[in-house]
Amino acid sequence: MQFFFNFGRYLLLMKSTFSKPLNYKYFFKQLGTEINDIGLNSLGIVSIISVFIGAVLVIQAGYQIQNPLIPAYTLGYGVRESVILEFSPTIVSLILSGKIGSSIASQIGTMRVTEQIDALDIMGVNSASFLILPKIIAGLLVFPFLVSISMMIGITGGYLAAIMWGISSSVDFIAGLNYWFVPFEIVYAIFKATFFSFLIVSISAYYGYFAKGGAEDVGRASTKAVVYGSVAILLSNLIITKLFLS
Amino acid sequence: MIEVRNLNKSFEDKQVLHDVNIIFEQGKQNLIIGQSGSGKTVLLKCLVGLFEPDSGTVLFNDRDFTSMSLKQKKEIRKEIGMLFQGGALFDSMTVIENVMFPLQMFSEMSKEEQIERANFCIKRVELEDAHNKLPSEISGGMQKRAAIARAIALNPKYLFCDEPNSGLDPKTGVLIDNLIEEITQEFNITTIINTHDMNSVIVHGDNINYIYQGKVWWQGDKTEFLHTQNEELQDFIYSTEILKRLKPQS
Repeated sequence: MQFFFNFGRYLLLMKSTFSKPLNYKYFFKQLGTEINDIGLNSLGIVSIISVFIGAVLVIQAGYQIQNPLIPAYTLGYGVRESVILEFSPTIVSLILSGKIGSSIASQIGTMRVTEQIDALDIMGVNSASFLILPKIIAGLLVFPFLVSISMMIGITGGYLAAIMWGISSSVDFIAGLNYWFVPFEIVYAIFKATFFSFLIVSISAYYGYFAKGGAEDVGRASTKAVVYGSVAILLSNLIITKLFLS
Repeated sequence: MIEVRNLNKSFEDKQVLHDVNIIFEQGKQNLIIGQSGSGKTVLLKCLVGLFEPDSGTVLFNDRDFTSMSLKQKKEIRKEIGMLFQGGALFDSMTVIENVMFPLQMFSEMSKEEQIERANFCIKRVELEDAHNKLPSEISGGMQKRAAIARAIALNPKYLFCDEPNSGLDPKTGVLIDNLIEEITQEFNITTIINTHDMNSVIVHGDNINYIYQGKVWWQGDKTEFLHTQNEELQDFIYSTEILKRLKPQS
């Protein structure tokens, strides 16, 4: 019952969010700020995680693929597929769900409990659209960029690990990267990441927007945002993968 | 003028407001007083449209706010200024940005005109020194003054104040009360103040409405207030030691 109540309220919030901005100049100013907060400020963590995961993938795959019957290019091929199909769009989104989701929920939640949202409503400003829409648009714009960067850095990290520890030769690894490359996989990965960005931002905004009480409740809203955001990512990952790849 | 007719509001099974009828007059400080939990904040939120009443009407100069569409309500809201208990300043904006915010959203003013108007409002509340400071960098009293400046930026016809001097020292509280009174008279607006501060009531109560258990229990002005024979109101007024000493002996 609680699920249906929350889902219905979430849909109503989204309906209210997707309305014409009151002042476009102000909207674009906020959009710029959100692109910086959600995108540029996440670049560091995304790069660090990607390079290490790429390297670890190569070491683990190299450890498992030691049979001389398996072609040498398999390592590069496997790393490319893992990074593009799953690691960059899904794992990066899960990590960003923690970083961005908790930040959005606590920011909006604090505005709610300190009556800043009430102040917007009383002025006649559509608070949902004013606060949430720039964040959603910013997420939709920057996630494909972040995921693309993550793919590049992840594969580079794998390549460096392969060469540095002699797991594979440069020629074999690059041959694997080029082997049976299907460009649609990039489209699939970017689509997935874009959809996940919408889930992360909208779910965390929902929990922040309806926060009640004080600091403890804002903290609770922030935790819920991360938990439910992550669950939504995993569930939709399964559905999207089944629809696109099976 | 704002007129409230037969207003009722409940939350789940608990009825918070019972058949409230009040007239808030223009150019006067209209006070809503009562104990914590008596329903005065709910009443204020029903007046500004943050809560939807179960029944009854709220008329802003004979315009029925309760039956209006969202679009019509937005028009009325442009005529409303509100001072929240905690100030509710946008914490990512400086004082001048906070004051300019409603002007940017709703006025046709040029940037220069907006700055000029914001400066006038900031000067009016004597906050020139805090111009470019963030809310977190100024005191509680200054935050309240900045919130008043923001509330009057669009020349409102109606000013709502939710416990304007709560959390302030008595001297700053008096300054805020005086400022609200001056603004009410200067701009001839309908001011509604939700308070349980006895000094505010005794000094500034042009029209006092005592809410008890969700009902309008007593109405009058500051001269009638201290001489009331109403038992519940007497209990409320003379609950502190300092006021007990001032109680007229019958």
